[in-house]
Amino acid sequence: MYVAVKGGERAIANAHKLLAEERRGDPSVPELSVEQIASQLTIAVHRVMAEGSLYDPELAALAVKQARGDLIEAIFLLRAYRTTLPRLAYSLPLETGRMTVRRRISSTFKDVPGGQILGPTFDYTHRLLDFSLAATNGAAPAAEPGPADPPAAVPGVVDILDRQGLIEASAPADPERPIGDLTREPLNLPAERDLRLQNLARGDEGFLLSLAYSTQRGYGGSHPFVGELRVGEAAVEIEPPELGFPIEIGEITLTECQMVNQFKGSKSEPPQFTRGYGLVFGHCERKAMSMALVDRALRGRELGEEPNAPARDEEFVLMHSDNIQASGFTEHLKLPHHVDFQAELEQIRKMRRRAEEPSE
Amino acid sequence: MPLEATQQQRRRWMSALAKAPETDLRQAWQALRLQPAYQVLRKPEIGLTMVRGRAGGDGAPFHLGEMTVTRCSVALDDGTVGHAYVSGRRPWHAETAAVCDALLQSSPDLIGPLIEPLEKAQAERRRAARAKAEATRAEFFTMVRGE
Repeated sequence: MYVAVKGGERAIANAHKLLAEERRGDPSVPELSVEQIASQLTIAVHRVMAEGSLYDPELAALAVKQARGDLIEAIFLLRAYRTTLPRLAYSLPLETGRMTVRRRISSTFKDVPGGQILGPTFDYTHRLLDFSLAATNGAAPAAEPGPADPPAAVPGVVDILDRQGLIEASAPADPERPIGDLTREPLNLPAERDLRLQNLARGDEGFLLSLAYSTQRGYGGSHPFVGELRVGEAAVEIEPPELGFPIEIGEITLTECQMVNQFKGSKSEPPQFTRGYGLVFGHCERKAMSMALVDRALRGRELGEEPNAPARDEEFVLMHSDNIQASGFTEHLKLPHHVDFQAELEQIRKMRRRAEEPSE
Repeated sequence: MPLEATQQQRRRWMSALAKAPETDLRQAWQALRLQPAYQVLRKPEIGLTMVRGRAGGDGAPFHLGEMTVTRCSVALDDGTVGHAYVSGRRPWHAETAAVCDALLQSSPDLIGPLIEPLEKAQAERRRAARAKAEATRAEFFTMVRGE
């Protein structure tokens, strides 16, 4: 147990000065600007927005700079900042089908309507270090533009299977039921899918990746395919009460993943494909795919599957996915536990003395 | 319920004003050389919008996460009230967009010089992004085994 302590003010102030000096690094090297971080370390900035659960690229870039590149620390800074702001509006549900698609692939259909659009991807790179990037004198070669007037909207892959009745339809929304919100109510278990998706959308990428991997290795296997993965920009709409009609307030970058899974069928459902869903702020493919796999694994109650694997255990997944809660509780062990430890030390000494006493 | 024509039109310009990069709005606004007299009813306020998605992309809504938003309301001297909600932390942008919203309600002919260039720039950015993506369209061929 942590017990409050006093003192150490001067040491703490000096430690923070030392931190600032180390953050700046070698003063003969130019300082990083927030704009540089936002435009060149984009994926790091996107991860901070996704897990910080706050979309604002400038703030996220500032957090990355302040945290010296420690992304979980940066996420913490963003989460703390959001608590200082009032909530002014709720958006209408995003129309991801109308995104401006910059990347869109499907591993289920070779000739998918709308095409396989690779976009800016690490896939198919050779993962060899590019030493030409070690020099900072160059502009990148301009990307090749394609046809002048490409198609505006790209149809969703799931719709194709949907038309043939081979994949489950999404459960319709119940307008009477309020949408759960983790930022307003503590998580109660069992949790409905809205709360699970909110939890996963802000959950730690590494944790979800490992859980997703565990389902592939047989711990709650679900035989998945990437029905579709898309990255692009979608408009956010709100309907302010003073207007009474919806307006767009801006565009955000999103990654969406439709995972398609085999399902043997149940008493009430014929054999068909089921779906897991991932939607994440920014360009975060690994996270969106992991989220979709874990979302599917957590639908056991609904689909009649045993909670016989970690990824299918709702309490295990949802209570440990948040890296701010997790690091808070793990890292608090660094704070003074002097009194507690003294008590345990005394306890051990007593037990030893008892053991050493000659028995009668 | 379908929107009335005036709502439809107002939705169009409020969306264009909000989605414009601040530099584009500044340029368009300064080119018009307008200096309308107005009162600020609600100072630019920075807050959050909770963004919602849908399970499966088309199912029941859920809360995806929040985004920053700035809102502002103004009144022209003739009493016309203008509102703005713009993504991010952009007080100047929100106030100017609110003034534009009020002006456009009394003079819709401003759509030409003010809104159309913003919409054109947005459409061009979208088109350029799609064209670059289009160049990465892959044709995959399945290899036949055992030949």
